[in-house]
Amino acid sequence: MDIFLQQIINGLVQGSIYALVALGYTMVYGIMGLINFAHGEVVMIGTLVTITVAGTMIKAGMPVVLAGFAGLSASVLVCMALGWGLERIAYRPLRNAPRLTPLITAIGMSIVLQNLAMMIWGRNYMTFPPLLPKMDFEVAGANFTAVQLIIVLVSSLTMGGLLLLVYRTKLGMAMRATSQNPAVASLMGVNINRVIAAAFVIGSALGALAGVMVGTYYEIAHYQMGFMLGLKAFTAAVLGGIGNLAGAMLGGVLLGIIEALGAGYIGDLTGGFLGSHYQDIFAFIVLIIVLMFKPSGLFGEKTGDRA
Amino acid sequence: MQAKLSVVALSVAAAFALAACGQKEEPKPVAAPAAPAAPVAKPEVVVKLGHAAPMTGPQAHLGKDNENGAALAIEELNAKGLEIGGAKVKFELLAEDDQADPKQGSIVAQKLVDAKVNGVIGHLNSGTTIPASKLYADAGIPQISGSATNPKYTQQGFKTAFRVMANDVQQGKALGEFAAKQGVKTVAVVDDRTAYGQGLADEFKKAAEAAGLKVVASEFTNDKATDFKAILTKIKSKKAELVFFGGMDAQGGPMAKQMKELGIKAKFLGGDGVCTPEFMKLGGEAAEGNYCSLPGMPLEKLAKGPEFKDKFVKKFGTEIQLYAPYVYDAVMVMADSMKRADSVDPAKYLPAIGQTKYDGVTAMIEFDEFGDLKGGAISVYQYKGGKLEYVETLGGGAVATAQAEVKEAVAEVKDAAKAVAGAAADAGKEAVKAGAEAVKSAAEATKAAVEKK
Repeated sequence: MDIFLQQIINGLVQGSIYALVALGYTMVYGIMGLINFAHGEVVMIGTLVTITVAGTMIKAGMPVVLAGFAGLSASVLVCMALGWGLERIAYRPLRNAPRLTPLITAIGMSIVLQNLAMMIWGRNYMTFPPLLPKMDFEVAGANFTAVQLIIVLVSSLTMGGLLLLVYRTKLGMAMRATSQNPAVASLMGVNINRVIAAAFVIGSALGALAGVMVGTYYEIAHYQMGFMLGLKAFTAAVLGGIGNLAGAMLGGVLLGIIEALGAGYIGDLTGGFLGSHYQDIFAFIVLIIVLMFKPSGLFGEKTGDRA
Repeated sequence: MQAKLSVVALSVAAAFALAACGQKEEPKPVAAPAAPAAPVAKPEVVVKLGHAAPMTGPQAHLGKDNENGAALAIEELNAKGLEIGGAKVKFELLAEDDQADPKQGSIVAQKLVDAKVNGVIGHLNSGTTIPASKLYADAGIPQISGSATNPKYTQQGFKTAFRVMANDVQQGKALGEFAAKQGVKTVAVVDDRTAYGQGLADEFKKAAEAAGLKVVASEFTNDKATDFKAILTKIKSKKAELVFFGGMDAQGGPMAKQMKELGIKAKFLGGDGVCTPEFMKLGGEAAEGNYCSLPGMPLEKLAKGPEFKDKFVKKFGTEIQLYAPYVYDAVMVMADSMKRADSVDPAKYLPAIGQTKYDGVTAMIEFDEFGDLKGGAISVYQYKGGKLEYVETLGGGAVATAQAEVKEAVAEVKDAAKAVAGAAADAGKEAVKAGAEAVKSAAEATKAAVEKK
């Protein structure tokens, strides 16, 4: 039983990370109908910037708390600028192009950012400075750490904050209007360019936050870490219904838990025929089943061709 | 109609002939040294050495390390100014990125074959080396890997495949015996499903079971993963006292760390893939006190080891990660063989590689008939205070028995192949006969039909 609980905790934490990244995907998709494949790379750059800034400050003898905050702010700022730049350079000129074009540009930007990061930070793995105190807890035979607790908390709070932003503020109203019909929204006096740029900037700030969380959790970083993470988060967003904030959260957590349970039990269930490396099969079977019965994802609304 | 048919037949025949020509042409001498025509100016020959390793992806740090090893060797060779076949030789490195991916490995291998390289150093991973070795063998290009340890690489019967490192039969066996000596009774085995990881884990499992240990869990991950909590939780429930990992440092480090976070008290043990400074950096405190193994002897204990280390650090400004000295030796062995054969032509200097007796940085390099390093030793290290501390060297006797086993297996395979070939030939003869009869009867039937009309 304690094993089951432990697997649920493993999955919940992993899923919260997916969710945090998925929020960035879904935010942009909800407004523009664009899958920003470079989002995983934004997360990666968030992690690497934190390492550089916080690592240097800790080496210089500054207190860890200060270094942590400086690292977090620096990475949020860098990623916001990056998100704004991405939108301005790669996506805005293509806004009226066929939908496939910006998708391909997004993949291109992802490759460009990866290689840029490789040139700046090198090929080696980097260790993330320990920013949070190490504390272990044990409940009913299951172990978890303070970092894991914080990750779950941060991603739930972030989702709550985003929901407030979208449904309770003027910017949120403009975002919803833009997502429904950009042409009409602009006729009503909404500055479309600014709204879309804001979505990218906020999404990227979330990416930076996710990057810091991933870094603190695994304590390693690498210029290619964003790729797999982005792919999983995208899957999570689709599972929950892409474009829907609560859906991204739910999809992320579900995916994480399914993966953990899959890895933990698939071997026993199939009598050793399938090993734990088939955990992804588990996750994708669930995804396929969900999409078969609900093509728009768990929380997704039915839409026409335009999202 | 008949005319058309014959045209088709002709073109088909021509295509076959062309293809045959193409095949024949490939293994022809590549950069044959120019005949010493004028004694005044010595001709210069460029010898192209291919090098393949992952330069991108999670193992890029190891790939760069290998490339540095090769680059250092080539720089020294060029500075020395070798003369082979009466011509001054200039070595050139053609470095390719195989992304540690077997598919990409074959693509870059073909690229190197097409570039008509004189020899290939690499690849880094067993998973890329094994499929690529066939391409090099077909083209007659000698290949020396400094790091592919999967036994299969040299057991395919290719005359062009060599390695300057002990293989995983030797390493897995040494590690299994070492684990039994640690006083544990139950072990869990994790591998990353690559040719290297899986091969090493399987050999370890065999040796551990032979030494009386119980394998309570076999779990798997992949060579790009960062989260191992799910499989580690399962291992925890099986109460393993030692976790063996067949894989690389980028996974091993975080794995050791996550074991600690989950409150697993089992020991961690791994092969050469996790015996790196990177592993300790990534594993942090969790690495402390655990063991890993490396083929060969520690650099500090070798006569030329410290000197090589100084040269390397001075030139590249980074520590040696793992295989650089082996790759360096691989290049040197290739150059040495060319010198002894007095030719840079792959067909001519290939036999010389087999007769190598080269006093390298990592070992006294001699090859057995399979292209494996003779008498490869395995050393065990402990992670202590952020450093790899030498514990002991195993192997030697074990190597001989492993080789005998391999020989036996090969003999068996050969017999089986002969039997199959014989059966196939018989079957083929009969099929031809039957086919001819069928054709005859069809012709007769046609004739009869025509006559009827």
